[in-house]
Amino acid sequence: MANYSTNEFKGGLKVMLDGDPCSIVDNEFVKPGKGQAFNRVKLRNLMTGRTWERTFKSGESLEGADVLELDMEYLYNDGEMWHFMKTDGSFEQYAADRKAVGDTAKWLKEQVAYTVTLWDDNPIAISAPNFIELEVTETDPGLKGDTANGGSKPATLSTGAVVRVPLFINEGEVLKIDTRSAEYVGRA
Amino acid sequence: MTPGHVPGVFNVIMDYPRMTMPPFWAPTASLARLRARARHLATIRCFFAERDVLEVETPVLGQGGSTDPYLASLSLEASTPEGRRQLWLQTSPEGHMKRLLAAGSGPIFQLARVFRDGETGRRHNIEFTMLEWYRPGMRFDALIDETCALISRVLGKPLAVTRLRYREVFKAHVGLDPLTASLDVLRLRTEEAAGVAAHDWSRDVCLDLLMSYQVEPALGRGCLSVVQDFPASQAALARCHRDDDGEEVASRFEVYHEGMELANGYDELTDAVQQRQRFDADAEARREAGLPRVAPDERLLLALQAGLPPSCGVAMGVDRLVMLAEQADTLSEIMAFDSHVC
Repeated sequence: MANYSTNEFKGGLKVMLDGDPCSIVDNEFVKPGKGQAFNRVKLRNLMTGRTWERTFKSGESLEGADVLELDMEYLYNDGEMWHFMKTDGSFEQYAADRKAVGDTAKWLKEQVAYTVTLWDDNPIAISAPNFIELEVTETDPGLKGDTANGGSKPATLSTGAVVRVPLFINEGEVLKIDTRSAEYVGRA
Repeated sequence: MTPGHVPGVFNVIMDYPRMTMPPFWAPTASLARLRARARHLATIRCFFAERDVLEVETPVLGQGGSTDPYLASLSLEASTPEGRRQLWLQTSPEGHMKRLLAAGSGPIFQLARVFRDGETGRRHNIEFTMLEWYRPGMRFDALIDETCALISRVLGKPLAVTRLRYREVFKAHVGLDPLTASLDVLRLRTEEAAGVAAHDWSRDVCLDLLMSYQVEPALGRGCLSVVQDFPASQAALARCHRDDDGEEVASRFEVYHEGMELANGYDELTDAVQQRQRFDADAEARREAGLPRVAPDERLLLALQAGLPPSCGVAMGVDRLVMLAEQADTLSEIMAFDSHVC
């Protein structure tokens, strides 16, 4: 992979840091009145999802990381691995482990497309679309006439995720959920 | 339509730099901001006209560049009467303006376009506008007052001025004495402050980082902070003197407002021999760091030999001043076209 110098760092660039692939989130150029310039860089470690803040002397460089983000359709879980398939018509399949799937497991629904991050052709992270439509499999019966004051109750969805929903929602209904906040958006 | 809007692309860019990106040819500043910028430039010219300081214009291109190892000069090749020559885009109009002073110009100011390679960010742009002025015979303290008066005038409010010594302000915010702390301690503190491997960093680089990260952001909040008596190793083109503690310090000041450096002033070095030594030391530092060689400004040295009157001078970032006056978050918002779309 090519090396990238601090002045080429921009949001989304994938680089290697401490042996892990990272995505640059933010790069701030800092310079005192006179003297050495620095780049204060925020990077997201793609293996752990954690954000790091690191400083480099301006002009230093990092090795690029062979990272690709691809849309893939979720197929099935075999008890250990989660299987995805490319949506480009190649039918090429990838298996992701628990670490790569992480919290996204609770939003995985067959035939929905997810963003799969590949590092050296191995899935290292799966992210859900911002909104997803899921069926309610379990919730207490709806209460009449209590729709205006914002009361809510827990509901279990077909993927196993539990979200707060308004009291009027019943089992079997399909809801639109914001996966980033795990919040009910509306009926689908 | 709100006042200040005109039909066309300026309506689109009012939203810059939010999610909707303007077309690639569009300016980065709104028309309202460009009008404000023009007003601020007029205020600056008026300020100096009232004080009988002569506006001058000097070349952007020079036969010498800045040798400062921390400034990256841009250069180009031009066809001159002497044949093809490498000329340097000025990182500041200092050399040419000092040559005017040596020729007896008296007090002068300039709104100059200057260039610093690689400097881009919220508060940096490769090409920017620098206000530089020189006051032969003026006392250093009087120049600090004048600098603060100008900033207050442009910002449209009288701001309280706090004067601080580098050593004291550093101690107050970092908890270390910048002149006496051991290099190991400075490196350790730098690593803690910035998540960086600083084990091989020099003293000045550690000081620069701690100053940028822990001191500057706290300065000038609701006022103007003037920092003076910098370490002698950071003198650049300033004279040095002994401070009250007997330490050698640079006769240099910096003015900060809202955590941002706005101006840098010097009691100018007028000794050609010392200036030559600093150029040579810069060249050596550049060679050691593997940086390209920059031709020193030989004509400045000749002017110093001919005699530069004792002078104080200030360089001020006009774009940053306008950014603060307009409460903008980035320089792009007050520049017609920033370096990304030039």
